Amino acid sequence: MFKNNPYPGKLVIVEGIDGSGKSTQINLLFKWLNAQGKAVYYSEWNSSELVKSTMRLGKSEKMFTPTTYSLLQATDFADRWENLMLPLLKAGVIVLADRYAFTGLARDVARGLDKKWVRNLYSFAFQPDLALYFKLPLDVALERLLSARTKIKFYEAGMDLGLSENRIVSFRLFQQRVIDEYEHMAGEFNFTVLDGTLPVQIQQQQIRNLVKKLLLRWEGLPNPKSLAKMNRGKRTETLSDTFNMSTQKEVLE
Amino acid sequence: MKDVRFFGEGFPGINSHELQGKLIVLEGTDGVGRSTQTQLLRHWLEESGYAVSDTGLRRSPLTQPGLDAAKSGHTMGPLTMSLFYATDFADRLENQIIPALKAGFIVLSDRYFYSIIARDIVRGADPQWARKVYGIALVPDLTIYLKADIRTLVSRMVYGRGFNYWESGMDMHLSDNLYDSFCIYQTRLIEQFDQMAEEFNFVTIDANRSIQEVFEDVRRCVKSLLQDEQ
Repeated sequence: MFKNNPYPGKLVIVEGIDGSGKSTQINLLFKWLNAQGKAVYYSEWNSSELVKSTMRLGKSEKMFTPTTYSLLQATDFADRWENLMLPLLKAGVIVLADRYAFTGLARDVARGLDKKWVRNLYSFAFQPDLALYFKLPLDVALERLLSARTKIKFYEAGMDLGLSENRIVSFRLFQQRVIDEYEHMAGEFNFTVLDGTLPVQIQQQQIRNLVKKLLLRWEGLPNPKSLAKMNRGKRTETLSDTFNMSTQKEVLE
Repeated sequence: MKDVRFFGEGFPGINSHELQGKLIVLEGTDGVGRSTQTQLLRHWLEESGYAVSDTGLRRSPLTQPGLDAAKSGHTMGPLTMSLFYATDFADRLENQIIPALKAGFIVLSDRYFYSIIARDIVRGADPQWARKVYGIALVPDLTIYLKADIRTLVSRMVYGRGFNYWESGMDMHLSDNLYDSFCIYQTRLIEQFDQMAEEFNFVTIDANRSIQEVFEDVRRCVKSLLQDEQ
């Protein structure tokens, strides 16, 4: 359903349920690319400044319905798309996204929204050049979340759906639905499936290999330092030349 | 009583199949007199013994502060604006309009999603994409389209609240001044409304006339809708 990315930049995204380890991995990937002097940008789900206050209000006051939550998440994505991801892909930057449109598609459908309707919302986005899906058993993800922090958030647990009064039971039921949606999308959207139970550094090695392959013979936007290096010795029109030329032109006229 | 009808798939969680009230929409471009007519209609309906609830764009308590702030800045792109307004619309639909209709109120909506998609489309949105977003919307019982010429609109703006940035579509950089931009922008919106008039069954009323003359027509339409029910 998505158009392919027609621009010089590369779009690499990670997907998976909460606790799947995708944020850890994309952070390591970002650092690695950055250290190589590549033009790389990172964008996180629900991080638009424009939408932030509304998102916070809706969450703290529990004002969302599945429909308004879906639409506001899409608004957040659209803002980051229009103002950051799209222009940077045009400019030739590697754009890393921690969660992408697929999160909207998976969660919204898990919340009972019509699949076609949600797909229409996000249809302006591109098919990523690399879509990494972190697959792991629900229990492993839950164990990680519970050992890292005490409380699972209200919407993360799908508490708005009234599946269970118990947050952990609700989390299980809701995230299982999300997993089912991801599994349905995996083939259609060409997900590269990673084993999220493997040690962090093994996964990172796999990811770096995939990204290396993607960037083979790729030339994106050079950073200012290497541009300056390329331009060294090349004498371009200087300011005084320009000035002289324009005054001469005026004299001639 | 009538069955709940949506333009598309509707939305999850609606636990009622029948709505007692009536949804009446007043549409039209900026300066056409919608708000005035909505007020007159409200008084008349209340005097006639109907319970009335009104709503309009950007009145959702969820999105109002954020959307107002976004509009006063200069970073909001057309897609973002489109979806932000859709969030506002959905919130009012689910939490104001439908509960009021269930309770048997007449809901007067000062603009509906038609204005939103008209604005989106003149800003480059795909018309089919924009329409599909509002597959969640309830089909109104009556949509009155107040239509006026640019000359009328300009006169009302100048003698009324004056031109402003958004009503002139200045974000589209159509011209370097508010007047020219207003004329181009509103002309494009009118084109969109005209196209939608047939598609969505608008009742078109000539709004170049006096408030009273326009109201006579508005009242007649509403009267016949309410009589049909009895």
